[in-house]
Amino acid sequence: MQLSVWTYEGPPHIGAMRVATGMTDVHYLLHAPQGDTYADLLFTMIERRGKRPPVTYTTFQARDLGKDTAELFQSAARDAVARFKPAAMLVGASCTAELIQDDPAGMAQAMRLDIPVIPLELPSYSRKENWGASETFYQIVRALAVGDSSRPAPCQAGSPRPKANLLGPSALGFRHRDDIVEVAKILAALGVEINVTAPLGASAADIARIGEADFNIVLYPEIADTAARWLERKFRQPFTRTIPIGHGATIDFIHEVAKLAGVDPAPALDMAEARMPWWSRSVDSTYLTGKRVFIFGDATHAIAAARVARDELGFVVCGLGCYNREFARDIRAAAAEHGVEPLITDDHLEVEDAIAAAHPELVLGTQMERHIAKRLSIPCAVISAPVHVQDFPARHSPQMGFEGANVLFDSWVHPLVMGLEEHLLTMFRDDFEFHDGAGASHLSHGSTKTAPVADPAAASPGAEPVAAPVLAAVAAAAHGESDSVAPGGDVLEIARWTAEAETELKKIPFFVRGKARRNTERYAEERGLASISLDTLYDAKAHYAR
Amino acid sequence: MIAAAPPLAAQGCASVPVLRERGQREVFCGLTGIVWLHRKMPDAFFLVVGSRTCAHLLQSAAGVMIFAEPRFATAIIEERDLAGLADANEELDRVVRRLLARRPEIRTLFLVGSCPSEVIKLDLARAAQRLAGAFLPDVRIVNYSGSGIETTFTQGEDACLASLVPFMPAQAADAEPQLLIVGALPDIVEDQLLRLVRDLGITNVACLPARESRDLPALGPNTRFLLAQPFLGDTAQALEDRGAVHLPAPFPFGAEGTTDWLHAAARAFGIDEMHFRSTVAPGRERAKRALEHSRAQLEGKSIFFLPDSQLELPLARFLHAELGMIPVEVGTPYLHRAHMAAELAQLPQTTVISEGQDVDRQLDRVRASRPDITVCGLGLANPLEAEGFTTKWAIELVFSPIHGFDQAGDLAELFARPLRRRDVLRV
Repeated sequence: MQLSVWTYEGPPHIGAMRVATGMTDVHYLLHAPQGDTYADLLFTMIERRGKRPPVTYTTFQARDLGKDTAELFQSAARDAVARFKPAAMLVGASCTAELIQDDPAGMAQAMRLDIPVIPLELPSYSRKENWGASETFYQIVRALAVGDSSRPAPCQAGSPRPKANLLGPSALGFRHRDDIVEVAKILAALGVEINVTAPLGASAADIARIGEADFNIVLYPEIADTAARWLERKFRQPFTRTIPIGHGATIDFIHEVAKLAGVDPAPALDMAEARMPWWSRSVDSTYLTGKRVFIFGDATHAIAAARVARDELGFVVCGLGCYNREFARDIRAAAAEHGVEPLITDDHLEVEDAIAAAHPELVLGTQMERHIAKRLSIPCAVISAPVHVQDFPARHSPQMGFEGANVLFDSWVHPLVMGLEEHLLTMFRDDFEFHDGAGASHLSHGSTKTAPVADPAAASPGAEPVAAPVLAAVAAAAHGESDSVAPGGDVLEIARWTAEAETELKKIPFFVRGKARRNTERYAEERGLASISLDTLYDAKAHYAR
Repeated sequence: MIAAAPPLAAQGCASVPVLRERGQREVFCGLTGIVWLHRKMPDAFFLVVGSRTCAHLLQSAAGVMIFAEPRFATAIIEERDLAGLADANEELDRVVRRLLARRPEIRTLFLVGSCPSEVIKLDLARAAQRLAGAFLPDVRIVNYSGSGIETTFTQGEDACLASLVPFMPAQAADAEPQLLIVGALPDIVEDQLLRLVRDLGITNVACLPARESRDLPALGPNTRFLLAQPFLGDTAQALEDRGAVHLPAPFPFGAEGTTDWLHAAARAFGIDEMHFRSTVAPGRERAKRALEHSRAQLEGKSIFFLPDSQLELPLARFLHAELGMIPVEVGTPYLHRAHMAAELAQLPQTTVISEGQDVDRQLDRVRASRPDITVCGLGLANPLEAEGFTTKWAIELVFSPIHGFDQAGDLAELFARPLRRRDVLRV
């Protein structure tokens, strides 16, 4: 058993739902107990979809277990086909139905429905959401794709318009909706036609003709890698390895696609909207140099973020990790390249410890890390699923392509203190506006606290919910109380500040004062100093200077 | 098909046939109750013994945040627990030890059963006994099931409270009569109701759950209890089994509902009628004034309740009797006829009462009847809005303070706001 407070990934059938919900005419019959229908709200509330996910749940109860849950399954299957008239039906079990061993696949096949039935075996007790999405997409492609590999290879075909499939975007994906638009722009510039985008927006008939493309573009390996590898074997379709997140990766991606398509990359490289390189070279960005950044997310987004952070913003990567073990090897390789220890875990407490130990100045993570960073008073930007209602903005906000790189610059740099302000504020540091209690204007929660203690305002559960904000908000309203930081944690022996040192500390601008205090205390602790004098303060400053 | 209600001389809906449905149920399971129960009992921890799905449900439904470790968690059953490689009981003990070592402030640990733990027949009652040996008196270990195969949404609270009844100390045989208010209420509402009850002259009054999870009130034949929530059938039964007497009453929603609820207690405790009236009059008048703000928006409007929390019947009664709304269909996951008698009697005979659900067929009825407002779960609200229906999220009714005189206006406003929003939006 694993003690879990918060999870990065749902069970594998949630992954299957993300694939089915992304598609237009595939229905998912899920053998599941009453209550598993909660998953619908992920799509209708977090993603704000205007349609229910195409899922029928058998919702069996205890009284059904004594009788015939198989009959329940078959009547649900008949009703679903009659009502929704899907072009294909996925059948599978959630965790509880897996235990009662009703064999949904066998039952559905015995019913001889006149549509393709695709059985899913998603082991709930060993696998998770991304794996479930990947397996589901692979099974759909395997079951529905038609044709063979006799088609000539693209480069010799002499075809005026090479064709590619875009694989991986799904429902409830982190910015998938907007990434597709950016990648499509690149392909249009290259003269590459999109054959099928799947699963998001694809019909069963689209999947059937997936073999007509010359090659595949894998946008999200967590979901599409398995299917792409099968398509490579089945239809001799090569697939892309570069994920176009960041300016440099976008250029690499264009070259990779152009090579696979046998076209000139130049038209796609001439993109006036690529503002990020200049924004990063602009002198006001100088202060970004060497900022320590801790990165955690799904492997694909984390690895891409590390490259952008180091090469395109001049940050130093001080931590890199992912929660999906399936891609641990990729994270290990990237971590080695950045000279940090890889962190591969789905235990958010472990991530919190690693962040606290790394003393980053910026955290790039998931919604979980956003909360961790908030507790530790560190700026944070979200780069990866698991998703939150805030990850579905009304505006166009891609991560991929040149526009995606612009978005990364804005959304990562915004949480940091503005560089020009840093200099100006030093000049005004004695002005009364900059007393201890005045929060930094760019941090909405305005915490200038020197230690990560629970701030009653910041810690209101209603203020920053993770998933369905409504519930938290009303829960907070209902009970008007909030969880505070768990008591009973280890209290570190912190060296005493002398009055002189404390006075000097107050002269340091408030937005770096917390860091100065932490660094000095850490310095004193590491050297076993009982008190912090004026000298200790400046010794620590010299020690951490760069 | 909906059976047409035969015209009866009997009062309201009390004897109207109920439409019983057994199809897909779009409802939460009982684990969801942990979201409000853990906040009501700040010294209790809820450990779900279940699957990754249970953990994901709690996280998605709770939506609560990670400022701190919350007082609930899931012990996720893994493949090796099923394969017998690891003795599930030993694993559970290990998880509990680790948890309690980390959270020394916890006084009560609830081991909460789930669908998978029920199906593999993991005996949590025995586990609770075994662990109690190791952790009493510091931590009391209690178990109940919040599994979806046995409980629907608010029935999780029912199961939780029923599991506490055996721990309530016995009242002395000659104990002074006690009033017990049963059901988790927001503290502020609980305090309002307690003030009213004491003003009536009932001094010996207690609540279940108590705010300190270990501070359970005594119980016995001199206990009279009022249900503050309509979904506490098992808890009521457990209390009655120990000699307590249920005071039947409408539930305390609105000016009239709250008056009638308090009246049941006043009568049972022999409170003078004049004193009762003068005591409740100020609150009752305030509630009526507050309701007037929403009357124009709600009067004559039709409303359709999909089954969710079992609050549906009392709320439909309130909206009909005090604000003139027309309940088209009132669905409930489970109908407790005895506890609902006073509610059913006040509903119009034209209202369809349905129990259970076949969600697609029920949505067909929503589309056919085109109600002015539909009360439904979060999975259905936006899809219905996209079809042009105005909806109210049922879950907000569970989380918001809605009981008593001073929340009557807020309760009406919860229904009026979606309608007003529909009227003001020009996009």
